[in-house]
Amino acid sequence: MITVSGISKSFKVAKRTSGVRSAVKALFRREYTEVEALNDISFSIAPGEIVGYIGPNGAGKSTTIKVMSGILVPDQGTCSIMGYTPWLDRVAYVKNIGVVFGQRSQLWWDVPVIDSFELLRDIYDVPEEEYRSNLKLLTETLDLEDIIRTPVRQLSLGQRMRCEIAASLLHSPSILFLDEPTIGLDAVSKIAVRKFITRINKEKGVTVILTTHDMNDIEALAHRILLIGKGKLLFDGNLNTLRDQYVEDSAASIPTIEEIIVRMYKEYQIT
Amino acid sequence: MKAYVSVFRLRLVNGLQYRSAALAGLATQFFWGFILIMVFEAFYSQALVTQPISLPQLITYVWLQQAFLSLIMLWFRDNELFQLITSGNIAYELCRPTGIYGFWYAKLLAQRLASAMLRCFPVILIAAFLPQPYRLSMPVDAVTALLFVITLILGLFIIISISMLIYISTFVTMSAAGSLLMFSVIGEFLAGMIIPVPLMPDWLQAIVNVLPFRLTADFPFRVYSGHISTSEALKIIPLQLLWLTVLVALGKYTMGKALRRVVVQGG
Repeated sequence: MITVSGISKSFKVAKRTSGVRSAVKALFRREYTEVEALNDISFSIAPGEIVGYIGPNGAGKSTTIKVMSGILVPDQGTCSIMGYTPWLDRVAYVKNIGVVFGQRSQLWWDVPVIDSFELLRDIYDVPEEEYRSNLKLLTETLDLEDIIRTPVRQLSLGQRMRCEIAASLLHSPSILFLDEPTIGLDAVSKIAVRKFITRINKEKGVTVILTTHDMNDIEALAHRILLIGKGKLLFDGNLNTLRDQYVEDSAASIPTIEEIIVRMYKEYQIT
Repeated sequence: MKAYVSVFRLRLVNGLQYRSAALAGLATQFFWGFILIMVFEAFYSQALVTQPISLPQLITYVWLQQAFLSLIMLWFRDNELFQLITSGNIAYELCRPTGIYGFWYAKLLAQRLASAMLRCFPVILIAAFLPQPYRLSMPVDAVTALLFVITLILGLFIIISISMLIYISTFVTMSAAGSLLMFSVIGEFLAGMIIPVPLMPDWLQAIVNVLPFRLTADFPFRVYSGHISTSEALKIIPLQLLWLTVLVALGKYTMGKALRRVVVQGG
C-alpha cells in the first residue's frame, strides 16, 4: 500500500554565532549549512498496519510524514501510496488520507468546532449520510458531545486535540498520519485517543502511521516500529523482537520500553 | 466548487461578527470623505481654468471610494493567510483536495465582501441624503448603473488577483510587511485613491492607464459618475478581462513554483 524508496531531503539552514559582530557579518555574507533531514529512506507498509515511527528530536520524523502526505517535495527518491505519488498527484491523493499535526491546528479559531467540521465535509465532498455516521462515531468514541458547539479558542489543548483527530477522519480516509497526536494530553484523553486509534484500525481497517515521543503510545498501539536517526532509517521491525534483543543485555531487571529506546539510541549513536 | 462556496460562507459569517470594527470604519470613512471633499471644494473655487472633472462628479467619486473601500484597497489583508505561510500551518492547507489558489481566492473574496456589506450601504445611504454640495448623486440611467456594477465586480476580481501576488511573495520573503507596503502605497496611488486620475498630469495618466490598478477603482467610479461614457466603458471592459486573465495566470504559475519549494516552518 505504501512504498517509500530512497527518499532524501535536505534543508538549507542559515547559521551564525551570537553577537552583534557576526550579525553584521551575516548581512554581507551568510553562511548556510545543508542539513540532511532524510537520507535514503526506504520502507513499505501493508494495509491495516499500525506503524510507530520513532526517533530523537530532529531525526526527520515529521519531514517523512510531510513527504508522505504530499506537502514537501523530496530531493530524490520515489514514493508510491495507493498508486499515487503524493507530491505529484496531490489533489487526487489527499482525499484518501487524514493527517493530524499535533503542533498545529486545522480548526477555525473563532467559530464553533462543528462549523469547521461542516467546512471539511464540503471540502472533501463527503456525502451527507456518510458524514453523519462518521460524526456520530467520532463524537461517541472521542467524547465530543459537549464541546462540539464551543468556539475553538475556548477549548483546552486536550479537547482541541480530540477535535483535531476527529476533523481528520470525517472523510473516512484509508490512511491516517498522526504526527505527535498525544502531545500535551492528560491520561484520560491519551487513553481515549489510543482506544480510538485501535478501534478505527480494527473496524475500518485504517492504516495508521504514528510519530510520538511517548513510548506508551507505541507500546499500546504499534506492532511494528521504524526507528529513524539523523535522517537514516536504523531499525524496522517488531516491538517484541526489539525487546528481546535488548532485554538479554541487561539481566538485572526487565527494562521499560523507555529504557530500551534509550539503549537503542545509544547503540546507534543518535542521541 | 462546493468547497469554495462553503469557505466563502464561513468567511462571510466570520466577517459579519465584527460589528464594532464596522462602526469605527464608518466613522473614519465619513471623516475622510468630508475632508477630501472640502479640500477639493477649496481647490475648485480658486481654480482659474475648468477642471477635467466636474465637482459633483468628483464628490461622487470620493463617496464611492469611501463606500467601497474594502473592495478596492490593496492594504486590506487577511492576516490568517500570512500566518499560515510564515508559521507553517500551510501544511494543513496542502492536505486538502483543492487547489490552494482557488481556495485562497475564495477566502479573500468573502472577506472583502463581508466587510463591504457592513460598510457600503450605510455610507451610500447617508451620502445620498446629504445637503448639497456634499450629496452623492445617482447614476444618470439604468445602463450606467449596470455597467458600474459589472466594472466594479471585475475590478474586485482584479484587486484580489493582485493581492494574491502579495501573499505568494510572502513564501519567499517570509514577511508580509515589505510587499504589502510597497504594493499598497504604489497601487493606491496608481488606482487614483490619493489624487483622482482625471486630475493627474497627462504624462502620469499615460502611465496609470497602462497599469491594472486604476481599473479596480478609478474606472468603475468614473463610469458611475458619467465621466466615462457608456460606449467608452464598453471598450475598457475587455481590458479588465485581459488583465484579470494575465494576473490569475501569473498568480497560479508563481504559486505552483512557490509550493514546490515550500519549507514548512517549525517542526
